[in-house]
Amino acid sequence: MDLLYARAQMGLSLAFHIIFAAAGIALPLLMVISDLKARRTGDADYAALSRKLAKGTAILFAVGAVSGTVLSFELGLLWPEFMGTYGQVIGLPFALEGTAFFTEAVFLGIYLYGRDRISPGLHLFSGIMVALSGAASAFFVTLVNAFMNHPTGFTPSPDGPVDIDPIAAMFGPSWPHQTVHTLLACYQASAFAMAGIHAWVLLRHPGSTFHRKALSVALPLACVTALLQPVVGDLSAKHVATAQPVKFAALEGLFETRKGAGLSLGGIPDVETATTPYAIEIPKALSVLAFGDPNAEVKGLEEFPRADWPPVAKVHLSFQLMVGTGSVMAVLSAITLFLRFRRKAWPDGRRLLWGWLLCGPLGVVAMEAGWLVTEWGRQPWIIRGVMRTADAVTPVPHLAAPFWTFTLVYAFLGAMVVFLLVRQVSGTLPGRAASEASHGG
Amino acid sequence: MEGELWLGAAMVAAFVLYAVFGGADFGGGVWDLLASGPRREEQRALIAKAIGPVWEVNHVWLIIGVVLLFAAFPPAFAAVSVALHVPLTLFLLGVVFRGTAFTFRTYDARGDAVQRRWGRVFSIASILSPALLGACVGAVVSGAIRLEGRVVVSGFFGAWLSPFALSVGALALCLFAFLAAVYLTAETQERDLQEDFRRRALFAGMAVFVAAFGVLLLARSGAPRVWSGLTSSPFALLLHGATAVAAVAAFALLLARRYWPARIAAAAQVGLIVMGWAASQYPFLVVPDITVQGAAAAPAIQRVLLWALAAGALLIVPSLVLLLRVFQSSDREAFRD
Repeated sequence: MDLLYARAQMGLSLAFHIIFAAAGIALPLLMVISDLKARRTGDADYAALSRKLAKGTAILFAVGAVSGTVLSFELGLLWPEFMGTYGQVIGLPFALEGTAFFTEAVFLGIYLYGRDRISPGLHLFSGIMVALSGAASAFFVTLVNAFMNHPTGFTPSPDGPVDIDPIAAMFGPSWPHQTVHTLLACYQASAFAMAGIHAWVLLRHPGSTFHRKALSVALPLACVTALLQPVVGDLSAKHVATAQPVKFAALEGLFETRKGAGLSLGGIPDVETATTPYAIEIPKALSVLAFGDPNAEVKGLEEFPRADWPPVAKVHLSFQLMVGTGSVMAVLSAITLFLRFRRKAWPDGRRLLWGWLLCGPLGVVAMEAGWLVTEWGRQPWIIRGVMRTADAVTPVPHLAAPFWTFTLVYAFLGAMVVFLLVRQVSGTLPGRAASEASHGG
Repeated sequence: MEGELWLGAAMVAAFVLYAVFGGADFGGGVWDLLASGPRREEQRALIAKAIGPVWEVNHVWLIIGVVLLFAAFPPAFAAVSVALHVPLTLFLLGVVFRGTAFTFRTYDARGDAVQRRWGRVFSIASILSPALLGACVGAVVSGAIRLEGRVVVSGFFGAWLSPFALSVGALALCLFAFLAAVYLTAETQERDLQEDFRRRALFAGMAVFVAAFGVLLLARSGAPRVWSGLTSSPFALLLHGATAVAAVAAFALLLARRYWPARIAAAAQVGLIVMGWAASQYPFLVVPDITVQGAAAAPAIQRVLLWALAAGALLIVPSLVLLLRVFQSSDREAFRD
């Protein structure tokens, strides 16, 4: 029972942190883009947008920073065996992540509080440093997860890891796909959320030039990432198919090993009957997707001991959710870009705005689902093939208490952040701009 | 010097910097709560202005210290995480509420009741967090955390609820309040505000003295290792002597209204206390079962971590200098945004 609470608490902390971390990576980029546009055009709306995004970044970064601190302690508070034994193997990416986070905090302080104290060039440079170090810290922390999925760089022994090569551990076979996939997800989730917000305002106030410009800042990033992501995701899935076949079988809800395996869309895998009912099957598609050959053999779950299966239904459903939302976003982006090139302007028809409003939350949904895929898909291992999650958990009893406490705290903080961001956006609604200006923007 | 000693020294340095910078942020929260008199709102505004640009950076020193602990000395991190699960979890809640409350207050600047409530959350969390952190330090140094093999056998409450550990918590709180008050005297040019914080600094300085005396008395039975470290090792004695000199200097400079030098003396005092703590428990990371040498990561890890630290320093030091230059510049224009 305590293992479940420990996993739930870690999962909750990460699910919460990921949203803010993603915003801390992507919003500075959008803020710098607005800043650059304001400089090039002298347009006051872009300058105002950049200030709004800076405020949003400040709020979200602060929540991301404290929830990240919680995580760095929780690694030990919940998984002391894991950290006590393997902390040294993965210490390097964490140390580098700490450095990147430090740079991000320093330059965010300069950017936010230095606007009227430093030269415009230095101000812009600080913004760029915030965006770069945010991306770097996501990169390094994803390396740790890649290690947990695909451990390398040491030899396991009963007394713990020996012959440790920290560089090899940091750059195992999974690192290129996982880091690119994660970084794209961060930008995509934030850009879609921002586009959704401004599409919503434009539907209510179609004449607002401020929100039209804001949308024009969010859409390029949203469209590019949404179209790149399926390509990277496919490469990532191909890698998982060969490197982590159990996870791959669970993703697809595939119980039997098959040649020319079909791709299951939907369906709810049932481990008791070893079937995935209610699925629509596309013949041979899975073999093509995994190995580029319609007759390739795809290993099913039956090849692996039952004790090593991840929770199949959860993994399959989150994978479907990720791929489904990703596809919807890619289609919307393709339509938007098509219209953009035909009309030479970002489209703003009501139907398309509705599309962006409805897809606004999908980036976050896909990101959370994708993270669940990789975490659930690795179970029952905390380090795949090396240490089981059940062996890593803390001996401290009554873990229900911290779990429920953090659940309540995070629910409350999430609600507060939404409330504050709504206040920020509502300050830009037509008719409110004047009163907002008197507050100093 | 061996790799693990360099890494240990880097960890102590991170904790010194966290105490000197982050500690002052905690202290700012204490004075936010205790703001009083005719200039109550001016006091709070000064605290917010001083903390705003730097609190996130100050906070990163703690993360660096923790990362160094688990990367370079993993068994110590595991043992501390188990034995001090409860106070560390409470400390984390304090960190969460403090950081978010401060940000919400700053970025929702409408001067209404909601904002005042965030201020209250911020200051209460600022009092609980350092007291808990101090109690954790007290527990680690007291020798009450015991291990058999890698298993913690001393329970989850005894170590940090001992009179000695709690007295260290009280000392940490008083020290940070003292530090913040001294810093704040040099953050403003307004004589009345300076006098407000000078009075608070002198009062807190006296509280530090009382708390330190209490820690010393309780150390004899509560933390025999510290007691012998305090009274026998010449190196530790030297450090404690220097601490006393810095403390007296800080007091004298405050009395003479020399605020900038007082600030440096107070920072030196706090830094020396942290170093004195480290020196008096050396070679133990967790007294008496885990030593620096026994818990150290493999030599290959130590080397690469030292390289990472060097590279990080090359990036961090110039950025930090830039940040301080931007916000310690002589112009005292109104606080914006």
